[in-house]
Amino acid sequence: MDRETTWKPVTLSTAPLDQSWYEASARARLAGLLDADSFAEFIGPEQRMMSPHLPLFDLPRAFDDGMIVGRGRLAGRDVLAAAQEGRFMGGAFGEIHGAKLVGLLRAALVVKPAAVLILFDTGGVRLQEANAGETAIAEIMRAITQVRAAGIPVVGLIGGRAGCYGGGGLIAGTCARLVISEGGRLSVSGPEVIETNKGAEEFDSRDRALVWRTMGGKHRRLIGAADAFADDTIGAFREAALTAIPAAPAFDLPTLEAEQARLEARLERFGDARDATEIWGRLGINDPAAVPGLTTEAFDTLLAGLPEVSHDAR
Amino acid sequence: MTDWRQERTAREARLERARRHADGKVVPAARVVDLLEAILQPGDRVCLEGDNQKQADCLARGLSACDPARVHDLHMVQSGIVLPEHLDIFEQGIARRLDYSYSGPQGARIAKMLYGGQIELGAVHTYLELFARYFIDLTPNVALIAGVSADREGNLYTGPNTEDTPTVVEATAFKNGVVVAQVNEIVDRVPRVDIPGDRIDFVVEADKPFYVEPLFTRDPAAVTETQILMAMMAIKGIYAEYGIRRLNHGIGFGTAAIELLLPTYAERLGLKGKIATHWALNPHPSLIPAIESGWVSQIHCFGSEVGMDNYIRARPDVFFTGSDGSLRSNRAFCQTAGLYACDLFIGSTLQIDLQGHSSTVTTNRVAGFGGAPNMGSDPHGRRHPSDTWMKAGREAGGTGDPALRRGRKLVVQLVETFGDKLVPAFVERLDALELARKLNLELAPVMVYADDVTHIVTEEGIANLLLCRTLDEREQAIRGVAGYTEVGRGRDHAEVERLRARGVIRRPEDLGIEPLDADRSLLAARSIKDLVHWSGGLYEPPAKFRNW
Amino acid sequence: METLTFRYATTQTLPGSRPSAITGVVASGNLEVLLERNAPPGECRVEIDTAINGYGDVWAAVVADFVARRQPGGLTITINDGGARPDTVSLRLAQGARLMEAS
Repeated sequence: MDRETTWKPVTLSTAPLDQSWYEASARARLAGLLDADSFAEFIGPEQRMMSPHLPLFDLPRAFDDGMIVGRGRLAGRDVLAAAQEGRFMGGAFGEIHGAKLVGLLRAALVVKPAAVLILFDTGGVRLQEANAGETAIAEIMRAITQVRAAGIPVVGLIGGRAGCYGGGGLIAGTCARLVISEGGRLSVSGPEVIETNKGAEEFDSRDRALVWRTMGGKHRRLIGAADAFADDTIGAFREAALTAIPAAPAFDLPTLEAEQARLEARLERFGDARDATEIWGRLGINDPAAVPGLTTEAFDTLLAGLPEVSHDAR
Repeated sequence: MTDWRQERTAREARLERARRHADGKVVPAARVVDLLEAILQPGDRVCLEGDNQKQADCLARGLSACDPARVHDLHMVQSGIVLPEHLDIFEQGIARRLDYSYSGPQGARIAKMLYGGQIELGAVHTYLELFARYFIDLTPNVALIAGVSADREGNLYTGPNTEDTPTVVEATAFKNGVVVAQVNEIVDRVPRVDIPGDRIDFVVEADKPFYVEPLFTRDPAAVTETQILMAMMAIKGIYAEYGIRRLNHGIGFGTAAIELLLPTYAERLGLKGKIATHWALNPHPSLIPAIESGWVSQIHCFGSEVGMDNYIRARPDVFFTGSDGSLRSNRAFCQTAGLYACDLFIGSTLQIDLQGHSSTVTTNRVAGFGGAPNMGSDPHGRRHPSDTWMKAGREAGGTGDPALRRGRKLVVQLVETFGDKLVPAFVERLDALELARKLNLELAPVMVYADDVTHIVTEEGIANLLLCRTLDEREQAIRGVAGYTEVGRGRDHAEVERLRARGVIRRPEDLGIEPLDADRSLLAARSIKDLVHWSGGLYEPPAKFRNW
Repeated sequence: METLTFRYATTQTLPGSRPSAITGVVASGNLEVLLERNAPPGECRVEIDTAINGYGDVWAAVVADFVARRQPGGLTITINDGGARPDTVSLRLAQGARLMEAS
């Protein structure tokens, strides 16, 4: 592999689209992702729809419960969008947080937008309201299948600090298309959970290189769990979302059977691998150890030479 | 007849006892304990190389495995108390007395052991002070040091983290001491000779590479808007004002913010080439954008930094490098450079009192000093003028012929009024005084003395203490930038406004800075990944700083 | 948790027509500030829910300085605080006022 990749100069631009997705707040991501000034929030912070549970635990609440939902336009087309604020309680699903997304998805069946965009940034279910959170996860997955069955693409965007873990990882699995950045992480059990249950020998959660090569954006893209790899800018996520919407597959039996077959084949082929680099080697990548260091450009070139990692299943 | 060669004879006896564990000079890692038990004698002064970064960890494990019946009552004279073994040996009775400089990671345990009387403390030094005493009254009998590689003659390549090694070896080898080096590998030919073989008595091939801590890496992702505001004030109100070209930075996030604002905010102020050109500094990754933007003429380093080797190798115009291309650092020389050849030191602290004394000691942690007190002091041995130094000297006032008035080094404390968990940085009384009382110390451990500090920068503004003429003015100048701490709220508002009118206190608006402009988009790099991009892929950050 | 309420008379009304704005995120050491233009013109109301008890004096000083400087008459300001330092509080309040003044 070519290690002499050209490194892009770091942008000193202050334009909203050039800002880091990873760093941006949920509100800033929405504002930049959608057409300028097009976002209209449902149940905004002034309605103070806050968690009824957190005061019992003496914990501070947020006016939007860490979930911002509303309508807007993407390149002129009407979309519904939901964004999780990963810095508030790790973007975790609580009762209000989850109900806002369920409501948005149900609204999609009525208003028939061009797409529903979910900006994931979550560690999973909020421990303090776990029952409500778990219920919300199930309701969201059911609602997504209904929205997709109605022919509306549901696209997940993953690139926040909290990643997309726990129930968030399950929900992502039901989306029609997933866009992920290098810093984005997608999994069900988080690094700390695995370490706690299986020991540091099995998974050292403090080894960040290990965490990212096992759950990070590049790996998820390489094993076909995500469909697009975006640079860590709001502009790049916007472009990727625009490309993803028309590429969403039909939600029908052939698609689901293709997904089942793909996953079975993947397990067969890589199930015994001990490290992501082994999987990358089996995919035909000459220098697997160099993958984490690749620039987006070099990674795109690599992907172009690996047609099997892109597919129409889901 | 007086025997003038007793030390020499004793050294020969030590070497004779040790030789049977060695093949020439080379000792396998498995024989370290035998070797040390053969060399060491009770009561020896020993330097177990523990630097700011590099650790002779294999030899430390060996020493702590020695039989306390044979090796005991050692007097440890080393700059860093970093590894658990550095303190284990006191619990085991192998060591008894300690003279050191810095104990960051072991600060809590060392405090406990000092309280418990398990350590007989000589003194807590600054680096230069301890190095100086190596040559006067704390000369080691035995030095246990670390390097990257050695040949069979003992020629030693220290690697980029040269740090304390030349100083320790100089004091030991030329005064009848024994020097044992652990190396990561024995090679036929070392890349460069940092220490000539005739100063090294034994070479141990370590079981694993020596440990280096990435102490100087600050993730730009963690720099806050408040730190950016303070960095803007420091650049505009101090760097530009005094035209500071020769300087040293501490390792906090505030100074990292300054480094990251040079190619952006300072560039817009037209300061390129006028400030921050010559540095005494470790290779901070956060300085990469400024170096790549052509701000930096040269940097001399105390030690190296994990992941910076290839970048340094590719920038020999900026860094001091050997014929092999890798960095040559040297703590003693760089400390001297920071003391005498720099016009400014800027760093952070945990506590500042009403006079301006500052300390990083809390009652349950004794972190020691390291280099900040050397950097952060006004050297009375300085004789060369510079515009910066002379201007500061004029501000400090004085009487008599101007040609007889010395200049002043700028010593700046960059401190947020509240630290973690809302602990105030401004206090009526330093915790260091309580610690001194409890441990019965003659001197309270003060990091920077009030008479050395010239400016305090907080998010509320800059206090220029050079311009204060009375103790009361000084106290109000400090209260006037102490924000909403109790000290800050206890200010005399009228007096603070008078000081502001005189320019003793300057607020952001007095400097033409809008606090709401203090935004992270001003940072030349907002993540470690950005630093990698700036370096063209040459900087290889350690795993703990990665999110890819 | 502790709830603090302050009410100030102001000499001016904050300019601008924006009905509400929000800035910041509730997180450890951080806070969110919701500003709404629904108080009487010469009045500013501030309500704070803070995660850390016992800092009422500091809050009173920070908010009083903000009100004296910006004269945010007509605003109700509601804060959810995750234990932010006073300088962060001042910054968020100023950011909020700027958002309300814009257009």
